[in-house]
Amino acid sequence: MIRIGVFVCWCGSNIAGTVDVGKVAEESAKMPGVVHVEQNKYTCSDPGQDSIRKAIKEHRLDRVVVAACSPRMHEMTFRKCAASAGLNQYLVEMANIREHCSWVHSDMSVATPKAVDIVRRAVAKVKRSVPLFPSTIPVEKRALVIGGGIAGIQAALDIAEAGYEVTIVEREPTIGGRMAQLDKTFPTLDCSSCILTPKMVDAASHPGIRILTCSEVEDISGYVGNFQVRLRKRARSIDEARCTACGICISKCPTSRDSEFNMGLGTRKAIYMPFPQAVPNKPTIDREICRHFTEGKCGICQKVCPSGAVDFSQEDQVLNEKFGAVVAATGATQFSVEAYGEYGYGRYPDVITGLELERLISSTGPTDGKIRRPSDGRIPRTVVFIKCVGSRDENKGYPYCSKACCMYTAKHAILLKEKIPGASAYVFYMDVRAGGKDYEEFYQRSQEIGTRYVRGRVSRIYPLDGKLIVQGEDTLLGQRVEVEADLVVLAAAMVPQIDAPEMARKLGISYNQYGFFSEAHPKLRPVETNTAGVFLAGTCQGPKDIPETVAQASAAAVKVISLFAKSELTTNPNVASVDESLCSGCLWCMNVCPYKAIEEKIITERAGKETVTRSVASVNTGLCQGCGACTVACRDGAMNLLGFTNEQILAEVEALCL
Amino acid sequence: MSLDWQPKIVGFTCNWCSYAGADLAGTSRMSYPASVRIIRVPCSGRINPVFVIRAFQRGADGVLVAGCHPGDCHYSTGNMYARRRFQVARRFMEYLGMDPARLEIHWISASEGQKFQEVIRNMTDRIRAMGPNRKMREIL
Repeated sequence: MIRIGVFVCWCGSNIAGTVDVGKVAEESAKMPGVVHVEQNKYTCSDPGQDSIRKAIKEHRLDRVVVAACSPRMHEMTFRKCAASAGLNQYLVEMANIREHCSWVHSDMSVATPKAVDIVRRAVAKVKRSVPLFPSTIPVEKRALVIGGGIAGIQAALDIAEAGYEVTIVEREPTIGGRMAQLDKTFPTLDCSSCILTPKMVDAASHPGIRILTCSEVEDISGYVGNFQVRLRKRARSIDEARCTACGICISKCPTSRDSEFNMGLGTRKAIYMPFPQAVPNKPTIDREICRHFTEGKCGICQKVCPSGAVDFSQEDQVLNEKFGAVVAATGATQFSVEAYGEYGYGRYPDVITGLELERLISSTGPTDGKIRRPSDGRIPRTVVFIKCVGSRDENKGYPYCSKACCMYTAKHAILLKEKIPGASAYVFYMDVRAGGKDYEEFYQRSQEIGTRYVRGRVSRIYPLDGKLIVQGEDTLLGQRVEVEADLVVLAAAMVPQIDAPEMARKLGISYNQYGFFSEAHPKLRPVETNTAGVFLAGTCQGPKDIPETVAQASAAAVKVISLFAKSELTTNPNVASVDESLCSGCLWCMNVCPYKAIEEKIITERAGKETVTRSVASVNTGLCQGCGACTVACRDGAMNLLGFTNEQILAEVEALCL
Repeated sequence: MSLDWQPKIVGFTCNWCSYAGADLAGTSRMSYPASVRIIRVPCSGRINPVFVIRAFQRGADGVLVAGCHPGDCHYSTGNMYARRRFQVARRFMEYLGMDPARLEIHWISASEGQKFQEVIRNMTDRIRAMGPNRKMREIL
């Protein structure tokens, strides 16, 4: 005898405002199998959960339906609640009468019958639910951190400090990421290198951290606790063990190209270190331009190397490794400001981006820290900053706010005045967003030292007598503004890496319409993803500044550590299951399984007096993720998905079509 | 058929994208006609065309199959199977003498609450124009 309890939630007025909860309860009581119905103001609250526990005991309920919010919101809550009353947690079903009903309808006479239908569906399904029991899987206690910027470094250090092995995979020849390119950081104006490089060295010297540079993730398979990862370590053409980083090879190399690290404002050799503090502190040969590789000549670096470390024959290495958790810290890149033709970036050398200015200010940059115009090397007297280039602009860029630009523009204005006394700075802005500890004060400071903030957009920039004429509008005064500038700095938006969607696919995680990786819940699960065991840190998840990035990286590390603190994980029991008596052994299911979770199994059975052997499908419940693709491919109806069985779904269809 | 007739649409949505998209429509209070009733499945690859046929047999006026955008499946390939299966299922419906236009397949991501709203609004209009599904009801 099935005894179902239905708990209809008011959710304050969220549901009760548009759904006649009393009527829903009354109709639920008439549904077959329902023996108890209750209403609660807030079912998820302590008293609400208590009433479920009490009813399970008092009315000997063996199935529970909670008609409330989305199962994505509170299914776990009510499952745990039922389990604490001794009921198998998979005998709980939710009827989503909030997100799918009360919140999208305003007419009670329409919403109420729909809510009844939704409850009827849940009752029909739960009637056919059976107790399910999770199994356990072991956890490989090694973490993979993808990306060696400040996010990756922080996450790796935190995980390693907890005593677990970490591998950082970085595609550039050094770790450090974007932060290494910055000169000073807001709002304290401490030097970026001074706070970053010690961390880079900490990571490199930590016994629990292995750094793989010039390396990329090629493929990830498996599941939480047991990821199989294929890594490609590109040939550096340098024997890292032999190299002493003396730098003779670099000084003798005859070939050079624009330096990526200096945003194209300087050059680097074909054998190069991106910057002097690179970790690992070993040069790399760029095979695209190295004459030995392009023309088969030269080889001077090999001749001059005193330790014989240059190895032209080095090949890419492919590493297959197992990890228990992955932290994606792949970072962001800069918006291509060429989209704004009116600013003339690319045509006028003295229109530069914020990151390029960072390199001009930095003492390790191409001008040794002197702000000079890229065109003629003169010291600029008047600098115009334009904010929101590519952000908050749906037409040419992205609608989102890039978040860090207001503050770094204020920083640039302050640094400009410090470096060039008497220089004047104009900032064209839409709004100034200075939320954050000490940020507003910092912005005020940039104003106090004489930076002129002009509210409005720039419509045109053109060169005249060695100057750049910046035309715009001051929307507060309603006047046209024209500034004769020596240098124009565009605050380019932070945008996702171009290959972010590809990386998301490898990781099996989702990303938003721009390409930023999606967290499992925007408020309550900000560093987790929808794929268990994959966590997010830094700007790959959305634009953010350094303090936020570091905080998120540490948060991701804590998630990894708490995963590793368990010796085994319990698995989702909603997996495929074979009825061997029906299975004909065609194994079509094997072809559609994306996890290679189905194998052929030979069974022996008695058929009459004879013993026969035949093959059937067999599901590896550790590998199965419960997608159910195999159930549809099965011709015999032998394959079913626990928790979403054919019988359950057909019963739901019938309940809805009454 | 009167204009306020509300068709009955059974919606099969995958848990990761389209169900979440419907949730987002809810949290964003995007209203749409009360025509759709959703059945949650883990993946669009779990949706057996037989379920769809059964819904029509039992008098559903329309069936919506919704999953992640091709390439974005949580289980990497499930929606690809769904896409093929329902191309074939449409032909099968034609063969059975059912109007394949009553079956719609849409890709709705977790961030597309608005798309969910539009899909339900437009689909409801289209089904309304077609009128109730009598075909299978009369046979059975």
